[in-house]
Amino acid sequence: MVYSPIVLDHFKSPRNVGEIPDADGLGEVGNPVCGDMMSVYIKVEGDRIADIKFKTFGCGAAIAVSSMITELAKGKTLEEAMKIKNSDVAEALGGLPPNKLHCSNLGADALHSAIKNYLDRKAGKKVPTEEDREPHLKQKGEGCYCPYCEKKVEEESPFCIFCGSEMPHEHDH
Amino acid sequence: MGLIYLDHQSATPLHPRVKEAMIRHIETIFGNPSSDHQVGHPAAQALDKARSQVAALINADPKEVVFTSGGTESVNHAIKGAAIGLREKGRHIITSNIEHKSVLNSLRTLRLLDYQVTSLDVDAQGLVDPGAVEKAVTPGTILISVMLANNEIGTIEPIAEIVQIAKKHKIVFHTDAVAAVGNIPVDVQELGVNLLSLAANQFYGPPGVGALYIRKGTPVWPLLDGGTQENKRRAGSENLIGIVGLGEAAALAQAGMPERQVRLRALKDRLEQGLKAKIPEIHINGHPTRNLPHLLSVSVEYVEGESLMLMLDDEGIVVATRSACASGSLRASHVLIGTGMDFATAQGTLVFTLGEENTAGQIDRVLEVMPGIVQTLREMSPLYKKSPG
Repeated sequence: MVYSPIVLDHFKSPRNVGEIPDADGLGEVGNPVCGDMMSVYIKVEGDRIADIKFKTFGCGAAIAVSSMITELAKGKTLEEAMKIKNSDVAEALGGLPPNKLHCSNLGADALHSAIKNYLDRKAGKKVPTEEDREPHLKQKGEGCYCPYCEKKVEEESPFCIFCGSEMPHEHDH
Repeated sequence: MGLIYLDHQSATPLHPRVKEAMIRHIETIFGNPSSDHQVGHPAAQALDKARSQVAALINADPKEVVFTSGGTESVNHAIKGAAIGLREKGRHIITSNIEHKSVLNSLRTLRLLDYQVTSLDVDAQGLVDPGAVEKAVTPGTILISVMLANNEIGTIEPIAEIVQIAKKHKIVFHTDAVAAVGNIPVDVQELGVNLLSLAANQFYGPPGVGALYIRKGTPVWPLLDGGTQENKRRAGSENLIGIVGLGEAAALAQAGMPERQVRLRALKDRLEQGLKAKIPEIHINGHPTRNLPHLLSVSVEYVEGESLMLMLDDEGIVVATRSACASGSLRASHVLIGTGMDFATAQGTLVFTLGEENTAGQIDRVLEVMPGIVQTLREMSPLYKKSPG
């Protein structure tokens, strides 16, 4: 796997690492089972993102994605920021390896989650605690199913032995 | 300081004398060992020599050594060949949860063909319990396959003990010894195994060549069908250039092993002690004493292995990671999960495999650089803040 020079730059010198202690919004996505976990903190002034910081547990791509989303979102209005898509982040990074597009490209999700958290707080809604968040875990021994004929297949099968369909790249999601 | 290569398990550099032997072969011999004429004869002699060299490394009879395209083919041949050869006796096979994927996926194929597989749990140090093997034996058990040394955590399994159980029940025993042969003494007579897989690229030979030891009388059907090469066990014109390299590497490994084992063990201890002293909240994986002398598996809490690997790579230090992110299948290592490790910790695992050219100075450089890298990544990690202290 080879990362683009922009990915490597953001991985080696990530921008806006850290937490904002009195953040107006916090977004958290992913979990260590999948390999990646991102927390995005925002400070809102008026309708703009005045400050943004992140913390990430993850591979080189995940860290670069986190760094890039903070750069893309900083100074934007909330409305503009909500329009940033995961694919925009990948594009700004000069592309990501195919197997990382799905797995590590969670930056926009984390940003949107932080904005929603800010709007919820502003509207006086109860902010979900850690216990409320749905764990995104795949149980051990759950097995693998063909997406076409839904029969249980062996892990890492190149194709489904029952219906012959080529199997998509496996992922723990 | 130049490149510090600590991933010998993925590939070992070709030993200069192996390279010389291969070049000498290319320049002088092109014949087919099966041809009974003056061009074929030197090729047959080269093949015989290599076979004797490999046999000597594992204390086998040369007639019991079959050359293959590497560890994966050897394992596939042993397992599928035994399953076919013994199909009239039964259809049950016993293995462990921490085998290499060549074993696990060979068994996947056999399950499709209606063989039953029992896969045994290991303990936290990665050991298979011989008692559990005995309990799993059924009247239809035809094969037990347990690795000699684990390639991710370095644990050496109690093979001789498990072989006793196999013998008692007249079950064929295969061991995947790819991570072990060339690195520790391996003696097929002492172990008592019927089948043993090995690969040249684990001990300074070329990639793409290995061997399968088949004890005389073991009913193993060929994996590749065709002509009568390799005593009818493995058809197809031999990869003689690679085989000559494997033979030379085997001879060198045998001659250099006593010295190399001690030297690499000392370097590994230096690395292990240094990492434990300098980096808090790390785990050394595998068995504390029954382990490979050149392999150190370390799990670093709160950080992800690929990031760690990339940052070390940037400093000229080359290691392997077992994080899901860096694997083709994006799954956490089945070996680490098999030892009961949680997913997050498994994600932060590095495997250092030392080799002949490594020095104490290189280990000290790793110890100098790695604590700072771990701290940088930890400070970036949302898991780190959630831990006390």
